[in-house]
Amino acid sequence: MTTLAEEQQVVAPRASTHTIAELVFRFRELGIVLALAIVVVATTIDNHRFLSSESVKNLLSSAAIIALLAIGETIVIITRNVDLSIGSVLGISAYAAGVLYQHHPHVSIVLVFLLALGIGAACGVVNGAVVTVARVPSLVVTLGTLYVIRGVDGAWAGGNQVNASMLPTSFNRIGYGTVAGVPYLGIIAIVAVAIATYAMRSFRTARDFYAIGSDPEAARLAGIPVGSRVFLAFVLSGSIAGLSGAVWLSYYGSVDAIAGVGYEFQVIAAVVVGGVAIFGGSGTILGAALGALLLNTINSALVVVNVSSFWSSAVSGALLVGAIAFDRLVAVRLAPALRRRRRARV
Amino acid sequence: MSDLAFQPHDESPATLASRRAALRGVLRWEVLLLVLLGGTIAFGADVSPYFLQSTNLFYICLNVGEIAIMALPLTLIVVTGEIDLSIASMLGLSGVLMAELFDHGWPIWPAMIAAVALGGVLGAFNGFLVTRLGLPSLAVTIGTLTLYRGIAQGILPTDTIGGFPAHLSSIGVVPIPGTHLPYSIAFFGALAIVFAVVLHATPLGRAIFAIGASQEAAFFAGIRVKRIKFWLFVLSGLLSGFAGVLWSLRFASARYDSAIGMELFVVTTVLLGGISIFGGRGTIAGVVVAVAVLGCLQTALTADRIPAQDQNIVVGTLLVASVIVPNGAELYRRARARMRSVVARRHAAAAAHAEGQ
Repeated sequence: MTTLAEEQQVVAPRASTHTIAELVFRFRELGIVLALAIVVVATTIDNHRFLSSESVKNLLSSAAIIALLAIGETIVIITRNVDLSIGSVLGISAYAAGVLYQHHPHVSIVLVFLLALGIGAACGVVNGAVVTVARVPSLVVTLGTLYVIRGVDGAWAGGNQVNASMLPTSFNRIGYGTVAGVPYLGIIAIVAVAIATYAMRSFRTARDFYAIGSDPEAARLAGIPVGSRVFLAFVLSGSIAGLSGAVWLSYYGSVDAIAGVGYEFQVIAAVVVGGVAIFGGSGTILGAALGALLLNTINSALVVVNVSSFWSSAVSGALLVGAIAFDRLVAVRLAPALRRRRRARV
Repeated sequence: MSDLAFQPHDESPATLASRRAALRGVLRWEVLLLVLLGGTIAFGADVSPYFLQSTNLFYICLNVGEIAIMALPLTLIVVTGEIDLSIASMLGLSGVLMAELFDHGWPIWPAMIAAVALGGVLGAFNGFLVTRLGLPSLAVTIGTLTLYRGIAQGILPTDTIGGFPAHLSSIGVVPIPGTHLPYSIAFFGALAIVFAVVLHATPLGRAIFAIGASQEAAFFAGIRVKRIKFWLFVLSGLLSGFAGVLWSLRFASARYDSAIGMELFVVTTVLLGGISIFGGRGTIAGVVVAVAVLGCLQTALTADRIPAQDQNIVVGTLLVASVIVPNGAELYRRARARMRSVVARRHAAAAAHAEGQ
C-alpha cells in the first residue's frame, strides 16, 4: 500500500501518466462521499424527515465523537499497531470529568478538559510504554488495558451516575449548542480533522509514522527512532480519547461506568472503511473521519427506514470486513500494473 | 571475549553449563505456572474455608468449562502465529441460533447440532478471509467479533429464550454421576488429550509448529499452510459453537450478549499457558495448567467478594504480564549482552592504548 502512496507522490507531477492505480487511490475519499450521498438521497426519498435539521444535527454530533477518536486510532494503525483501549479511556475520562463537576460545580471548563486529557495521556503512556519498552504486541497490551481500564472505571464509579443536573449549562452547551445550525461538536471535529490531516501530511514526525508502518525494520535502518515514535502514537491516541471523553460527557449529559463500551470496534470500523490500511503505512485522517460519518449516517438511516437499531453493530462489523476485503482485492488487482510501471520508469 | 570470561574462576565451564541447563529446566514456564497455581489455591483456601471442598471443585470447573474448550483451538491458532478474537461472538450467535430453532419447534438435538454447525460456518468465514484473501487475522476477527455479535443482537435484541428440556439443561448444573466434575470439563479433558497428541506427537502438530516458526519455510517444506490454517479456524468455530450449546444449557437460556468479552479470558488462558504470541512455541500441558490457574483465581476472587468487573483488572493484568515476563528474560539477556560488548570494547580500547604507548 505504501508503494501506492510513494508512486503517487513520484508520479503526480506528470499529469499525462494517470492510470487506474491513481484513480483508485484517490477514489477512496471520493467513493466514501459518493456512498454517503447515495445513502442520504435514498433514505430521504424514503422518509423526507431524514434531512430535517434536528436529525442532521444529531447525526453530526454523534459522528463527531467517533471522528475524533478515529484521529488517534488512525495514527496508531498507520504505525502498524492497534489501540483497542480507546472506548475504555473515553469512559474513564468522561467519568472523571463528571465527578470533578459533581464535587466542584464551579470548576473552570479548561480544567475539566485538562483533567480528561491528562487521564487519557496517562493511559496512552502505559500502553505505549508496554508496547515499546517491554515489546509486547499492541493487540495484547490494549486488549488487556481495554478491560483493566474499564475495571478501574467500574470499581471507581460503582453504581454512581453523574447527571446533567450536576453539570453547568456552559459545559452542556458544548454538547448541544449550534452555530448557524451546525453543532459545536461538528465544528470541533472538522477543525481537529483539518489540523490532523495537515499535520499528517506535512510534519516530519508524522511522515515517520507512515515509514514505520510500511516497514519497521527499514525505518529503523533509516535512523527513525521507531520506539519513541510508536510511543508517541499511543500517547496521542490516549490523549485524544481522553479529550473525547469530556466531549462525550458534554453531549450525553450523564455518565456512569459503561460510557463508551464497544466504541473501539466502531472506531476501527470507521478507520478501515475510511481507507486506512490495517497493515499500516497508508491512509489519511480525512478518510477515517469520512468513514466515521458514513458509518453513523448508515446507522441513523437504518432507524429511519425502520430497521431496528439493534442491527447497527452487525452493520459496522460487515462494513469493516467488507472494507478490508475490498482493499485487499484492489491491491491484488493493482500489483501487476504497479510492477509494470515501476519497470518502465527504471 | 568469551561468554564465561566474567564468571568466577573456580568453576569449570562444563559444570557451569550443566548447572545452567538444569536451572533452565526448573525455570520452565509450566513449572512457574504450577507455582502460580499453588499460590492461587493457597490464596483461595485462605479467603474461604470452603475453597478446598469437592463441591467447590465442581463450581471452579463449571465456571471455566467453556473458556477451557475454546482455549484449545485458539492455542493451535496462536501457535501458527494467527489470532481469533471472534470466539466469544461465535459462542453467542450459536447459542442464539439454537434457542431460536428450538423456539420455532425444532427438537432440541437437531437445534444443538445446527448451532455447532453454524459455529463451523462462522469459523470457515474467518478462515476464508484469512487464508484465501490473505487478510490479517487480527483485523478479520475484530470485524467478525462485531459482525457476529451484531447479528445475534439483531435476531434476539432484548428477549431471553429458555425452556430447554430439563434432562438436557441439567447437564449444565449437575456433576457427572459419581464424580465432582461437570460435563463441560469432562469434554475439555477428552479434547485436551486429543489436542495434546495431535500437537505434540503427529506430523500435523509439527507442521503447525513449523508454520508458526516460519511460514515461508513451512510453505517451501511442502506444508499446506493455508489449508491447515483454514481448518484451524473452522475447528475454532465448531468448538465455540459447542461451547455456545453448553453455555445455553448451563444458564437454561440464550441471550445475544452471552459470554460477551470472554475473548479476554480465553486469550489470557492461552498466553498464560506459555503459548508465544509470536507463534511457534508452547504446549497443551501449559494451557491446561493455565485453565486451572484461571479457574481457581476467578473462584478465589469471587470468594473474596471481589466483583466481576474488578476481576477483569486482574485478568487483564495477567494477560499483559504473561507476555512481559518471558519477554523480560529476553530483554534482560539482550541488555546484559550489550553491557558486555561495551565492557569488551573498552577493554580492547584500553589494551590498544597501552600497546600504542
